[in-house]
Amino acid sequence: MNRRRIPWLYFTVPRNFYWLVQRLVPLIWAVAAVLAVAGLYVGFFVAPPDYQQGNSYRIMFIHVPTAWMGMFLYALMAVYAVIFLAWRIKMADVMARSLAPTGALMTALSLWTGALWGAPTWGTYWVWDARLTSTLLLLFLFLGYMALYAAIDDREKGARAAALLALIGVINVPVIYFSVEWWHTLHQGMSISPSGGASMAPSMLAALLLGTGACWAYCAAVTLRRAQTELLEREDSTGWTRTVSTDDAPPAPRGVAVPTGRRN
Amino acid sequence: MKKRHKRLTIILGALAGLAIATALVLNAMRDSMVFFVTPSEVMAMSEMPERSFRIGGLVEQGSVERDQNSADVVFHVTDTDKSVVVTYSGILPDLFREGQGVVAEGRIDSNGTFHANKVMARHDEEYMPAEAQEAIERAGHPPDAGEGY
Amino acid sequence: MWDGIGDFVAMGGHAPYVWGSYGAVVLLLGLEAALLVRRRQRAWTRLARQARRSTTARHPSTGSES
Repeated sequence: MNRRRIPWLYFTVPRNFYWLVQRLVPLIWAVAAVLAVAGLYVGFFVAPPDYQQGNSYRIMFIHVPTAWMGMFLYALMAVYAVIFLAWRIKMADVMARSLAPTGALMTALSLWTGALWGAPTWGTYWVWDARLTSTLLLLFLFLGYMALYAAIDDREKGARAAALLALIGVINVPVIYFSVEWWHTLHQGMSISPSGGASMAPSMLAALLLGTGACWAYCAAVTLRRAQTELLEREDSTGWTRTVSTDDAPPAPRGVAVPTGRRN
Repeated sequence: MKKRHKRLTIILGALAGLAIATALVLNAMRDSMVFFVTPSEVMAMSEMPERSFRIGGLVEQGSVERDQNSADVVFHVTDTDKSVVVTYSGILPDLFREGQGVVAEGRIDSNGTFHANKVMARHDEEYMPAEAQEAIERAGHPPDAGEGY
Repeated sequence: MWDGIGDFVAMGGHAPYVWGSYGAVVLLLGLEAALLVRRRQRAWTRLARQARRSTTARHPSTGSES
């Protein structure tokens, strides 16, 4: 019984995770590049100007993906925080911590592009309506997570405190998402809703979805690399890093290795 | 119960409690968190507020009057039931149009005229090419100005 | 759709907003990726230095010349 295989714990072993990232990230970068080029092409050369907004609406193709990724990365960070707090799997903490800077960047970009879109269309860069305010709170939650983690000298304690903050703040994600339905906001309602489908022309939707795919792939590549780097930083030269010290070293034998479920 | 299962139960229980607390707080704050009030809500007020607030709705069709010599503009904000006269002096946003959503910030006087010091356009969540919109108009179905205002 | 490159750049009069958005995205994503590459190189440098030092400590006769 105690030799039970738990395959999904395989990549919580740093060495295995290192090799997974080493193999996956170049592929993810390629996907990101292809989707970004396709999305920009459709967004700027296929999708026609909007009947009301003209060309300023093209900001949507980057604004919406970054806003979605900000919320998604926060939710993902909270999931890893739960795993870390409940099972004390260190890899989950590494993942959560690696998501935070990219999540903060995505949220900041969504606020920035939103302001530049709001200026010509709404007539204002910023208003304190429920959607914009809750998104700003999301940015502060990401920054708070990073600050709290860094502020506590004992890494284990800092990790736990930050994970707790990530968990509490996850309440904000549904608030952002549904804010345009729950309150009167200056921000318009959902163009793409779970119930109602999409209310935009197919070429516009295509550009938006390609942009979202590109953003998702970028975030995946960057956060996996950051987690990998964090693992290197936590190691000393006597451990597994010796065996993978060059990039072209052979990968860990996947078929033979028995996942031990060992907490590393 | 294993220790880690107990931990997970505590975490999820605390999270559920927090979610309920947040829902209750947000629900209680609903009235004070309104970004704008509708003309019907303004009419229903027993006394007009002294302080500055925001009013939101649609720019009533055919109500926009621009002064030839200045940037003054007068229009009606409607929620299709009641409407309020709004005066404003300044540059209007791109999307300010008759039949489109608008949010005006300012004070209301004793006659019920709203003096705006800021006008923001509120667009709907529809995006479409100009040709598609023209086709819809030719077919005799003017695009809905958006259910939200 | 566009009437030459000038028309494209002008974005129907919305050039500062559109290019300000896309420019910021390109700039900051590039910066994030570059910082990450540097951080990763530093991590490897540290490990390599540590490995060299421990070798030197274990075999003082072979490591002292350099």
